[in-house]
Amino acid sequence: MTTPKLVIDNVGKVFSTKSGKVTALDQTSFTVQEGEFVTILGPSGCGKSTILRVVAGLEEPTTGHVYLDGKEIHGPGPDRGMVFQSYTLYPWLTVKQNITFGLDLKGVPKKQQDEIAQHYLELIGLSGFDKHYPIQLSGGMKQRVAIARALANEPEILLMDEPFGALDAQTRAIMQEILLKVWEESKKTILFITHDVEESIFLGDSIYVMTARPGRLKKNIKVPLPRPRDYQNKSSEEFLALKLELLELIREESLKAVKP
Amino acid sequence: MPDKQRQVITNRVAFLETKIPSYAAVLGITVLLVLWEIVCRLGIVPPLFLPAPTAILTAGWDMLVSGELYEDLAASLVRIGGGYAVGASLGIIFGLILGFSRWTDAILTPIVYSIYPIPKIALLPLIILWLGIGETPKLAIIALGVFFPVVINTFSGVKNVDPMLIKAAVTFGSNHFNVIRKVILPASLPMIFAGLKLAAGTSLLLLVSAEMIAAQQGIGSMVLHYGNLMITTKLMVGVLVLSLLGLTFNRVLQWLERKLVPWK
Repeated sequence: MTTPKLVIDNVGKVFSTKSGKVTALDQTSFTVQEGEFVTILGPSGCGKSTILRVVAGLEEPTTGHVYLDGKEIHGPGPDRGMVFQSYTLYPWLTVKQNITFGLDLKGVPKKQQDEIAQHYLELIGLSGFDKHYPIQLSGGMKQRVAIARALANEPEILLMDEPFGALDAQTRAIMQEILLKVWEESKKTILFITHDVEESIFLGDSIYVMTARPGRLKKNIKVPLPRPRDYQNKSSEEFLALKLELLELIREESLKAVKP
Repeated sequence: MPDKQRQVITNRVAFLETKIPSYAAVLGITVLLVLWEIVCRLGIVPPLFLPAPTAILTAGWDMLVSGELYEDLAASLVRIGGGYAVGASLGIIFGLILGFSRWTDAILTPIVYSIYPIPKIALLPLIILWLGIGETPKLAIIALGVFFPVVINTFSGVKNVDPMLIKAAVTFGSNHFNVIRKVILPASLPMIFAGLKLAAGTSLLLLVSAEMIAAQQGIGSMVLHYGNLMITTKLMVGVLVLSLLGLTFNRVLQWLERKLVPWK
């Protein structure tokens, strides 16, 4: 047994509001192995984004600790690359300048920045778009650039908070395939949040299903699908069986959220 | 009966998509000028009330050649240039400070907002008392008028930066200084320019008013002077110069904005 890349140890989050304390995330523990693609599946408002923000260092957990490579996390850092649901590209920077944003902060020499940017532009299939501004790109392209920007910084782990949530179904399907290709080439560890059952199966090695308020891990499922995967896997028997199982789990939780 | 079933589909929003030829813009102005000229030539309006465009241009050319216009124009340009530069720089600096620091925001913003609505020209007598009758009060009043729209726009530009953009920068390991320099400053540039453009109009207005009240030279005092002498043609030359000044000012700002905010 190798030591896990990421350890979430008893992490819980309680928000104080005017009407009292709200438990957004009950004490949660799980681990992610090096190179593993883990998806967290849950209904909206179940605190799944809270986990990610705690790992990213954007929020302090009320209880518990997060360890990356055995070292405890206390704040944000370039060792964790984040891709948000909303488009967070800098509108005043070109595609290339966006990708090299983190490298520039680190003081990487310009020539090396150019090479890295070129590599990731090719990886996400956007070579030739380096001088475009984000406003000239479609939603799917913007998220691809955001992924490239996170990867170019060479993080230890990629944190993705429903990155394809705002995209239409067709674009989303294509983005999932692109992400798998990128993951297979870069061998990154990925923690991916989604409310889309199909997405969680298609992408993940391992799925954590979450309950609605308070957020809690309900079940961990290993995805039995072979790698590499493509869209045809989505109609295989194992896929559909797993999808049905997850849909039922999620449905229970969504109903709870609707009828308090 | 295919003929009876045929229906013509009309595009009811075609008027929104009509292509306008580029000469349309010139057309309006030309027609206006020609009408104006005809009205004057036919003697419908006496030249004392409204001189013909050609007469204004001729007078303008003469004043330019004789150097008469130059002195007034130079005096005005120095005032508006200096006042605008001082007011805009202070406005941007203070706007950024107000936007970054919650303490200064809490203490100074109410003061800014209570002085903002005062028509700045009303403060000219007071400023003359403080600073004397030289060039300084004119510069100061223009700087004051420019300062407020710029400070308020810069401030709201900083306040309205998408927090996700800041969070993203923080996850890349940006420190405070880099967040300001690489995210907040560029993100608030469009708003800063909105303030600068607003202030351009204000500065011109204040220039003319201040010069009419308290100056021997400058386009504003020239307009007033020829008005008193009832030399309407030369008065109109002054108005023409002011309109060209405003136009140039806007063009320069537009050019600068395209250079500095190319992503819009």
